[in-house]
Amino acid sequence: MFVSYKWLQDYVDLSGINATELADKITKSGIEVEGVEKKSEGLKGVVIGHVLEREQHPNADKLNKCLVDIGAENPVQIICGAPNVDKGQKVAVATVGAVLPGNFKIKKAKLRGEESHGMICSLQELGFESKLVSKDYATGIFVFPNDTEVGKDALEELGLSDEVLELGLTPNRSDALSMLGVAYEVGAILGREVKWPVIENEEAAEKASDYISVKVEAKADNPLYIAKIIKDVKVGPSPLWMQTRLMSAGIRPHNNVVDITNYILLEYGQPLHAFDYDRFGSKEIVIRRAKDAEKIVTLDEAERTLTPEHLVITNGNEPVAIAGVMGGANSEVKNDTTNIIIESAYFAGTVVRKASKDHGLRSEASARFEKGVDPARVREAGERAAQLIAQYAGGTILQGTAEVDELTMEPAVISITLEKINTLLGTGMTVSEVESIFKRLQFGVELDNETFTITVPTRRGDITIEADLVEEAARLYGYDNIPATLPIGSATPGQLTDYQIKRRKARRTLEGAGLYQAVTYSLTSQEKAAQFALETRESIRLAMPMSEERSQLRLSIVPQLLEVVKYNNARQLDSLALYEIGSVFFKQDGQELPEEKEHIAGAITGLWESHLWQGEKKPVDFYVAKGVIEALFDTLGLADQISYRQAEINDMHPGRTAEVLLNSEVIGFIGQVHPTVQKDLDIKETYIFELSLKALAEAEVAPIAYETIPRYPSTTRDIALVVDKATKAGDIQSIIIEAGGKLLKEVGIFDLYEGERMEQGKKSIAYSLKYFDPERTLTDEDITKAHDNVLAAVKEKAGAELRG
Amino acid sequence: MMQERLLELQEEALQKVAAASELKELNEVRVSYLGKKGPITEVLRGMGKLSAEERPKIGALANDVREAIASKIEEKQKALETAAVNAKLATETIDVTLPGRPVNKGNLHPLTRVVEEIEDLFIGMGYTVAEGPEVESDYYNFEALNLPKSHPARDMQDSFYITDEILMRTHTSPVQARTMEKHKGQGPVKIICPGKVYRRDNDDATHSHQFQQIEGLVIDENISMSDLKGTLDVFAKKVFGQDREIRLRPSFFPFTEPSVEVDISCKICGGKGCSVCKQTGWIEVLGGGIVHPNVLEMAGFDSKKYSGFAFGIGVERIAMLKYGVDDIRHFYTNDVRFLKQFHHHEA
Ligand SMILES: [Zn+2]
Repeated sequence: MFVSYKWLQDYVDLSGINATELADKITKSGIEVEGVEKKSEGLKGVVIGHVLEREQHPNADKLNKCLVDIGAENPVQIICGAPNVDKGQKVAVATVGAVLPGNFKIKKAKLRGEESHGMICSLQELGFESKLVSKDYATGIFVFPNDTEVGKDALEELGLSDEVLELGLTPNRSDALSMLGVAYEVGAILGREVKWPVIENEEAAEKASDYISVKVEAKADNPLYIAKIIKDVKVGPSPLWMQTRLMSAGIRPHNNVVDITNYILLEYGQPLHAFDYDRFGSKEIVIRRAKDAEKIVTLDEAERTLTPEHLVITNGNEPVAIAGVMGGANSEVKNDTTNIIIESAYFAGTVVRKASKDHGLRSEASARFEKGVDPARVREAGERAAQLIAQYAGGTILQGTAEVDELTMEPAVISITLEKINTLLGTGMTVSEVESIFKRLQFGVELDNETFTITVPTRRGDITIEADLVEEAARLYGYDNIPATLPIGSATPGQLTDYQIKRRKARRTLEGAGLYQAVTYSLTSQEKAAQFALETRESIRLAMPMSEERSQLRLSIVPQLLEVVKYNNARQLDSLALYEIGSVFFKQDGQELPEEKEHIAGAITGLWESHLWQGEKKPVDFYVAKGVIEALFDTLGLADQISYRQAEINDMHPGRTAEVLLNSEVIGFIGQVHPTVQKDLDIKETYIFELSLKALAEAEVAPIAYETIPRYPSTTRDIALVVDKATKAGDIQSIIIEAGGKLLKEVGIFDLYEGERMEQGKKSIAYSLKYFDPERTLTDEDITKAHDNVLAAVKEKAGAELRG
Repeated sequence: MMQERLLELQEEALQKVAAASELKELNEVRVSYLGKKGPITEVLRGMGKLSAEERPKIGALANDVREAIASKIEEKQKALETAAVNAKLATETIDVTLPGRPVNKGNLHPLTRVVEEIEDLFIGMGYTVAEGPEVESDYYNFEALNLPKSHPARDMQDSFYITDEILMRTHTSPVQARTMEKHKGQGPVKIICPGKVYRRDNDDATHSHQFQQIEGLVIDENISMSDLKGTLDVFAKKVFGQDREIRLRPSFFPFTEPSVEVDISCKICGGKGCSVCKQTGWIEVLGGGIVHPNVLEMAGFDSKKYSGFAFGIGVERIAMLKYGVDDIRHFYTNDVRFLKQFHHHEA
């Protein structure tokens, strides 16, 4: 909503408060003023001129040579290219030295050999948006009314020196979609009265009801419809002041009748419509739901197909308007129109919203109906329109109206105690402070002890419950005056859940291991949604995606991380270590909502260690990535419950991929991205993992129980075993642990040899075994017994021979 | 005679000790003077010729001489050893200005950093952290929050619907609705709800179809607007600095009444007005208000007994203001040159 500071003064006294101060006060009390604009700022030197002579430029077909009186001692010669410039016109002249929008300075010039002392301006050249310029002047200069005084400031005449406040209205404050509504708000803020327009219509003896009748068939959609008839109007331009006010509010002037209906829309917030009585096609107005596939050609000359969800105004036979949205071309007010019907009605928001949405016709009028107009203003707005039409378009107002009025409007009555207000706000307002606020808002106030009974005017349809009154009290009392306190009440323990703590521990561990946290999008393409997915389940698609690239909910995080790797690799950032924790989504049969699981994924590539001046470089390999997740399992207390199993997974390197098992359940995988996939993505050798954080965090963990620090020495025995190349080190380790019994406390691998000194198809793995007993020093005999067991077991179960 | 001889030997030995420049030389001195075949032992062997009176005197003197020599030798030996070590260390000097061996370390994403900071602040004030699904039912996302299907503020075009009944949540408020429901009308409730949310926006410098929010909710007896103001003042000072002020402006949200928009004083200009704060001295950071009685009632709370406040913070907005990030897309591009900037603890 654009509010002219000058216009507003018609309704409320603004003396002693300038536009900027007013804007600040309005913002502080609830309606955000998004800007205060003075269009003439920085412009100067534009005056009203009188075109005394016009002739064709001797050397240019499309130019005119004009002699213009600009109120100076002598008239000046101006060359003008506008097709509509003519002798006798009053025009806006940018004189030599003038400054126009865009800091465009007017200088004396010579155009095709003829001197030009200034420029005759179009409205666009003075800073008006093209969409606001009346069609009459769309492609030429603007012509002022004949009685405009020569030499006067043209910017002033065009209302450009006015200041316009732009209000950012929240959906509940549609009451401020009118000048009167804003006046009530400003009146409440400043504690000043609101002055309504004075309407004294002289009516003819002839009755409107003899000319037209009104019948409403859809009373729920249209409980109030008032028609007034004005005869013998003369359609022409509206007065300049009205045009400039419309333009300041963002509405393009057309002709006096249409401009007046728009002016009332701005003044009262009540949309009106004018029909040409003689083209109406009947003497009855019938309001009903449209028939299926019924058609209407609207004012914009588009043929529109209607449905029974749309409300239409008809002449009893065919539609003449889509109610509250747009009139029909058949009954449009044109330059030769003489008799008109003014419609002032209350249309339900839902039916207007449906039609405006279906036909893509959102207008100032439909927006107001959608949010609900004030039923108390419908009648008066019609009268006001009649008054202005009689005044500015001539004509005779016929007596009375033709109408259907079944609108019951009970103003809301709400009781509230002073205590309730003060408790909810944390304030110590007095009875008289609160009473004064409601009175300034011009609400009905009855006070019984400390209970207020408030009658809310229908213009404030947003106020229905106590809390709404509390808000009114708060905003006019001033939020700056509300103290700052902290809740007092029962103490509550503030803490993270076990799951949340584990998630944070996972983050700390991965950061400690050198990984940076990434955050990527949950929405991805169909193709990527299921790539690298831990579970092959159906993915979920949006009903109306904005693009294919973001159409599907992800089943895994890895594809998004690989995109991050690709992005960074493309910028010569080759060494990367990233992780992400986020949800993946699986469709669940028979359930409305999908299953959401939090996963933890990582991508590591490039150099893991690099200490260049000491000549050390170590590229990332499988075991680097595995070390990272091992640290994670250790932090979560799950190291003993985790195992790995060689696996083949789509898009992963077939020989360098493992499933990760928690006890016996697969909860993730780790490995190298398949080289072809790496090549397709144009990324370097990359190792990835994805694990179910949910599974990890929910697994049972043994409590920490102190173990005695050994008082007796331990003994270490090393063995090198020769086994088949395919034999897994992890399997041998399991055999050793099992066979070693309770004396064997630690097993570690300290060497792996697969080189040429080995027999074909064999490798050697060296294990270090640590034996001890917390109760005593072990004898050689004890150890040998346990150790022999180990050797026998690995020989038997893994075919391992001691390396000679 | 013997007395002179002993003192002579002492003088002679001490001179040699002083002159010794290597441990080996010093050892030779020790062996030649203090050894069993040394001159002092020899002198003592001649003691038999002395009178019983003189004997102890000479014996004592001989001991003194031995001790004097031995102590000097020891002193000298330490000095020589120290010198030897120093000489060796001198050859081992390194350039301490060369860079150290890098230890791999990563850090949190700036958004998580902000979330954890805010979580910790509110945990300290007795809140718990509540979470919920990112794909939500229309009921929890809208209806339970006083946004019935016909509400004008609801537009299909603004949300990512999956079916008519489920959608990507547009705020974390459904977690509030779910938590309230779990409390079955019993206060107090003190939660903050961080999480990802989704809206149908084209990604540009200031919009992102995915972003993060933290919402807060307190329900108890006698919760007031002043409690919200005080709580958010603590928040603003912790996150943006002790010298920051907040200001509440009336606003509108369907789930709170009264509703407020909250501004913090501009750090850049100190409130005088600059381009960052659009010349107002204030920067809008969040919205909140008193929980709408319909929302309380729908979740089973008696709105006559209980009241509450709620607020919602845009995490990206906080991070952008706090760190001066100028484009929201940086948070989702994950350029490591960006990610690596958020590593140290700020005071
Ligand atoms: Zn500033």
